[in-house]
Amino acid sequence: MKPYSCPGHERSLTQIKFNPEGDLLFSCSKDHVINVWFTHNGERLGTYDGHNGTVWTLDVDSQSRFLVSGSADNTMRLWSVQTGKCLYRWEFPTAVKRVAFSDEDDQIVCITEQRMGHQGAVRIFSVNREDDGTNQPKEPTSMFHPVGSKATLCAFAHTPNLILMGHESGKVALFDAKTGEEVLSNERAHMDLVTDLQLSPDRSYFITSSKDKTARLHETRTLTVLKTYSTETPLNSAAIARGKPYVLLGGGQDAMSVTTTSLRQGKFETRFWHKVFEEEVGRVKGHFGPINTIAVSPKGDCFASGGEDGFVRVHHFDESYFRVKPYGDLEIED
Amino acid sequence: MAPNGVNGVNGVHDDDEEIDYSDIEAKYQVQYEEGFDNILVVDGVPVIDKSKLSRLLDKIAKEFSRKGASIKSDDISVPWDDSTGKSKGFVFVEFKNSNDAMFALNAMHGHPFDARHTFLVNRFTDIERYANLDETYAEPEPEEYKPKEHLRAWLGDSQGRDQYATYRGDEVEIHWQGKPSQCEVAFTRPNWTDLYVSWSPLGTYLATLHRQGVQLWGGTSWAKQQRFAHPMVKLIDFSPNETYIVTWSHDPIVVPEGAQQGPQFFSPEDEGNNIAVWDTMTGNLLRTFPAIYPEGEDTKKQMQWPALKWSADDKFVGRVTPGQQISVYELPSMGLQGKKSIKIDGVVDFEWCPLGDKDREDAEAEAKANGAKSTKKPKENMLAYWTPEVANQPARVTLMNFPGRAILRQKNLFNVTECKLFWQNQGDFLCVKVDRHTKTKKSIFCNLEIFRVREKDFPVEVVELKDAVTDFSWEPKGERFALISSNDPNLGNPGPGVTIKTDVSFYQLVRGKGDFKLLRTLPGRTSNTVRWSPRGRHVVLATIGSSSKSELEFWDLDFNYDDIGRRDGPSKEEWGSGIQHLGTADHYAVTDAEWDPSGRYLATSASAWRHTLENGYAVWDFRGQELEKHILDRFKQFLWRPRPRSLLTKEQQRQIRRNLKEYSRQFEEEDAAEESNISAELIAQRKRLVDEWNAWRARVKEEVAEERRQRGKTVDVDSEKEPEESKEEMELWVDEVIEETEEEVAE
Repeated sequence: MKPYSCPGHERSLTQIKFNPEGDLLFSCSKDHVINVWFTHNGERLGTYDGHNGTVWTLDVDSQSRFLVSGSADNTMRLWSVQTGKCLYRWEFPTAVKRVAFSDEDDQIVCITEQRMGHQGAVRIFSVNREDDGTNQPKEPTSMFHPVGSKATLCAFAHTPNLILMGHESGKVALFDAKTGEEVLSNERAHMDLVTDLQLSPDRSYFITSSKDKTARLHETRTLTVLKTYSTETPLNSAAIARGKPYVLLGGGQDAMSVTTTSLRQGKFETRFWHKVFEEEVGRVKGHFGPINTIAVSPKGDCFASGGEDGFVRVHHFDESYFRVKPYGDLEIED
Repeated sequence: MAPNGVNGVNGVHDDDEEIDYSDIEAKYQVQYEEGFDNILVVDGVPVIDKSKLSRLLDKIAKEFSRKGASIKSDDISVPWDDSTGKSKGFVFVEFKNSNDAMFALNAMHGHPFDARHTFLVNRFTDIERYANLDETYAEPEPEEYKPKEHLRAWLGDSQGRDQYATYRGDEVEIHWQGKPSQCEVAFTRPNWTDLYVSWSPLGTYLATLHRQGVQLWGGTSWAKQQRFAHPMVKLIDFSPNETYIVTWSHDPIVVPEGAQQGPQFFSPEDEGNNIAVWDTMTGNLLRTFPAIYPEGEDTKKQMQWPALKWSADDKFVGRVTPGQQISVYELPSMGLQGKKSIKIDGVVDFEWCPLGDKDREDAEAEAKANGAKSTKKPKENMLAYWTPEVANQPARVTLMNFPGRAILRQKNLFNVTECKLFWQNQGDFLCVKVDRHTKTKKSIFCNLEIFRVREKDFPVEVVELKDAVTDFSWEPKGERFALISSNDPNLGNPGPGVTIKTDVSFYQLVRGKGDFKLLRTLPGRTSNTVRWSPRGRHVVLATIGSSSKSELEFWDLDFNYDDIGRRDGPSKEEWGSGIQHLGTADHYAVTDAEWDPSGRYLATSASAWRHTLENGYAVWDFRGQELEKHILDRFKQFLWRPRPRSLLTKEQQRQIRRNLKEYSRQFEEEDAAEESNISAELIAQRKRLVDEWNAWRARVKEEVAEERRQRGKTVDVDSEKEPEESKEEMELWVDEVIEETEEEVAE
């Protein structure tokens, strides 16, 4: 499995994402730029320029038409995937930490940071897909301030009227998209900051990673913990493999203490764990800093990781990955 | 004083009177003694009539006052027998308080008043109490017999497993170590210890250290076995047969007022001491000592521990006062043996000779014969000590027997900087590692002076080496030793990232000739630690405590020989050829390496006491194959549970070795059966997990479909088809990539 190492960012990666066809990979970083890469050879297709601060987050719609990004320059922008043009920008009082499209691409949810006297807020915008996309409603269709611990992550749950959120305290909760009421919560989902939250394709379950060194699989409807993957290092990202019963975990020591330890100490590897048996299956090395974000191609043929070191690495699975059956002939539903 | 001031005071006074203090007064009112504790009854007073009364009272008062219990004749009241008009022969004496009465009681009881009369003094309250005592005999209830757990129950484990203790965070765990399927946690208890844990040398007890003292645990349920109240204890040391335990605390012993008294507690004489010796069985305190700290400017040098050195049979314990003497105490009385210490000018250190298996058998036979005339006199204890060069005297190593105190052998040494005494564990050889300096005192080299203790006149063999030796160790029960030498210029000034280059050498005794010959040298190593398997033959070389290197090398020194006949030693042509490298392993940031008592496993650990990198432990087999590895943050301690000596006789052990094939077949069968069992279990377990998961997925999929239908969408069918289509598409992509690369090459 020879990876493509993509050196297009000057600072650490914040989030990467495949489009639904898996041929394009979008990445954003602290260097203010969003890049798009060809998955099959790791070449850069283009950039989306315009943000004046760390781009914390991005998401692409299911038709690869629109890209939405959130940044520390207090804006959320809508881009045309094809042309790289900024179609629309929303301004907020604080930085945007997470954005996500809904299942049907008609809504965007975003979280703005709690800072400088402003409360953290969750806003939901409806997307006008009719014309060229420059004409978007300025005001959100709904907005609410989740109380309690700072919210850091959000996504549409199995139904578009519920928002799934991850919190700094380790809490995972479901909020009503209209009223902003907390419908359901699991306060002790993690013992520390939830760092990533990725849903299964049908949004019926999701994986979270946390600084408490564990990743967990939850059922979306009930928020019950299905599986726990305990590692020996703080985790920054977790993704669910497609077609194979694995989950991918990435992390490593805190960036600030990296220089004081050796490379092997840092554990900057992508770990593969068996989704059902909760056993570690293997590791993929390569980064020389903590892994900040992991994405799996929706086709299941490759995965990519973005590190604190500024590199995006795209790994295409070898043929043997699809052929071997390390656990025998057990049929496991995706 | 200004009038208004006076007024003010008066005013306050007035207020004072208005307040009702009765409750406070009641609370703080001094309680006067109302009992009869201050009255003594003095019996044995001459019977007199009234005329002699005043003379008698004066005499009694005088007698009392002479002993320091001053009374007046008014304090004495004399009861009279009205019928005879004479006194009854006893008097009551009243004192100011009960303390005075106590004193007088102790002073005057049994005091001869005159030739025929002796005072018998009792407290008045006691007389009353004893007079009212119920005289009928009540049979004491026999205490119910509670069967105690066998303290060595772990040896009866049917699978022959060894145990080890781990200490991580606040949690102490006892594990079983055997075949992979048999490893399990035997016992766990949070907050079991405050400092660390320690096994007794035969594995019977687990000692935990607390602020209040040491606690011993044992048996299958790990119940409390004994406690030793030595506050702020920091170090402990058991005697070789675990009959006694020595504790040390940095804080001198203080006996506060009202502290518990008894044989198990410190008494006021012990105040100021740091070291205490206890009996393990009874928990009784035997004796305390002050700690001897190295004197002078060399304060960096740590206190020597163990501070007390035990003879192998637990009969004596010795303690060196550097430069002056060795004091040996007898047990169990803990009195100085022969009432005097062994005065040796300049003595630095000493070591007892360990007992060999043979010595032990002899001692046991002796014990059995018990009184009947035994043919052989049991071997006396022996100790070795060394003295440095002083004035014109050369340095000396001396062998002395004990308690005979006869000097058996003395060897003079020159240009000595430092000596270290290493006994082989059977007491067959004593190696004195002598660090010598050249005349200019610029460089240091090393001589090994090896005493063959079992032979007549204790012949000494010298092995001269060019380099400094950093580590030396005898093969247990063997005639070989390993040493690590180094001529690295960085030796002696360690710095971060500095790895010292070392050579590892093995030597063996040449039978008959009686000298030690080099078997083989392994040059250019970084190893700084040698760990022999407790059964000999296997040895591990480790690089410990280095930040960049952490290699473990596993060696076999008898690779060519079968276990049975290996004691014959190699013939000349194959000298050194039996040394075989078995494997190399690496445990990052390792701080400790220890063989299990059976020599089957090696455990390495990285303790959080030293650093915080990848703490945890690993277990290897003797070939260097990793069996287990656990990375656990806050991991502190790994300790194998020692085993007591085998109860089998030499003959029985030989028998077993002869029939080894028979046994191994049996074990192999067991292994095979178990393996298939385990894998079946594992498969079943996985099957169950998968079934659970699939059932859950099926249910959830239905729910998702239902929900979509409710929302008025019919994506269900599409989503079923989609994956197949996408799979086809993926194959197409792969094709295209290959074509592209080919085109590029063509260009």
